[in-house]
Amino acid sequence: MKTTYMNPYLAGFFLGLVLLATIFITGRGLGASGAIKDLTVATLDLVAPAHTESSSFFGNYVGPGKESPLKAWLVFEVVGVLIGGFISGLVSDRLKVVTEAGPTVSPKKRWLFAAIGGALFGIGAQFARGCTSGAALSGMAVLSTAGFVAMLAIFGSGYAFAYFARKLWL
Amino acid sequence: MGPFVPDIISEQLNLVVALILGIGFGFVLEQAGFSSSRRLAGLFYGYDFTVLRVFFTAAVTAICGVILLNYFGLLDTDIIFVNPTWLIPTIVGGIIMGVGFILGGYCPGTSVCAAAIGKIDALFFVLGGILGVFAFGEFFSLYDQFFASTSLGPIKVFDSLGISQGTFAVLLIAIAVGAFAVTTIVERRVNKNAAPSLGFNTRKHVAAGAGVLALGVVLVFLPNRKTHLVAMVSDAQYQSEHPVASMDVDELAFRIVDHEPNIRIMDVRSKEEFARLALPGSYNASINDLFGKDWIPLVSQRHVKKIVVADNDEQERVACLLLQELGYENLAILRGGFEAFDKTILNPSAFISTGSRWDSDVKAFRESAHTDILKMIADNKSKGGSQPKKIKKIQGGC
Repeated sequence: MKTTYMNPYLAGFFLGLVLLATIFITGRGLGASGAIKDLTVATLDLVAPAHTESSSFFGNYVGPGKESPLKAWLVFEVVGVLIGGFISGLVSDRLKVVTEAGPTVSPKKRWLFAAIGGALFGIGAQFARGCTSGAALSGMAVLSTAGFVAMLAIFGSGYAFAYFARKLWL
Repeated sequence: MGPFVPDIISEQLNLVVALILGIGFGFVLEQAGFSSSRRLAGLFYGYDFTVLRVFFTAAVTAICGVILLNYFGLLDTDIIFVNPTWLIPTIVGGIIMGVGFILGGYCPGTSVCAAAIGKIDALFFVLGGILGVFAFGEFFSLYDQFFASTSLGPIKVFDSLGISQGTFAVLLIAIAVGAFAVTTIVERRVNKNAAPSLGFNTRKHVAAGAGVLALGVVLVFLPNRKTHLVAMVSDAQYQSEHPVASMDVDELAFRIVDHEPNIRIMDVRSKEEFARLALPGSYNASINDLFGKDWIPLVSQRHVKKIVVADNDEQERVACLLLQELGYENLAILRGGFEAFDKTILNPSAFISTGSRWDSDVKAFRESAHTDILKMIADNKSKGGSQPKKIKKIQGGC
């Protein structure tokens, strides 16, 4: 198989079909940040169960009579994303342990900013009830106002702050 | 009719479905190049618009697909998950995520995909995500009120804008195609030697863009399926070409008294009228309800005769033809409507007989049916009446 990337419009069409199939079969959309939340709650519940259950936020997801947060639709879906991404990397010969950074950025600096970016997504996705996949893309697919607001806010903010982060990428 | 969850696919099997769909999601994201943070960040600096192309094409594909599946009666969009809107928290959350995107170079879905092919920075992004959720939860009491504020429910974007669904779809498609054209010009200026768009076949891309715009125009003229079908079956010309079977009051009364198992009475009068007085064992449905998935088990058995009951023949005919259009068979209307049944059997001013043998038999039958059916109605009321199990809306979201 080719090692170049797929034509983006064709890839978008296929991504749209996967999302459409998800809505058609399961009645809900795709997501990602929800699985990260489930993983966080499960880890916390393992380390400090009493604290987790008494938390006004985490307590909604654990407790007596509730199944493990890991037995959730999005967790299984994200495990699928890992497998699907790996298969794609395998067939297109892109499997490589590497840190990808802008031309003037050291790996350690890149790791730090990646973690900060992840943390901001972790926080922002709670307020917006989802990330680029669960709130924006899946929300847009069912024409929810929330989906379009999330999309405009995420990409609008990205453009607004891009100038200040230019040294990370250019 | 979709969705298949929860009646055809169980909650357990749904997890397997999630895994399979996730594999498709991850594979396409990686093939599109979303496993590269530099590619993703390129969107914000104009040197690589792959994200915009993939993201908007996917959104347009899914939106058109959902509209078309619903139009052809294949997807019940009344029960699928529509992301509820918390307006201000979504804007604030989106702004925070936008900063996260430009600093981290990924979003959560793409970071998982990138980690799968060995990107170490993506692992740090996921780790950061876990810490972010942890921090959010630990300090939740500081902003729990803000978190729950401006809750508007599962509102639709075209309603928010005050336009029709089709108009919104074609506007979105036009914006997307316009953005594709403009960003390709920008990308080729900013990134003269290595713009991904340099490899595009211009003629094919222009043709595809025109094709999608044409589809959008079709969507504008595609009426809402419900409105369209109801208008169609209400048309006098259509009704004269599609006669419906009917049953008279005495026959229905006889079958009710006889506890005939192979009839089903579908009462399409209003909830209030139905609650005041209804035939024993009948089901109440509004015209709108008939499109829903929860009625399928009640009306789909071919050997069961469905008797449509309303105030008058005209309303019954519309509901009956609608059921016929939706693919159901063995339907009939009650001649004279509920009013005729009420006047003849339930609350007649008097049981009249002209004295002939036939008339006196009919009179005797009606008198006994009157007693029996009123007793059945009273028994039925004490048991709480009969209603189909309502299918709950599907839960989703992150």
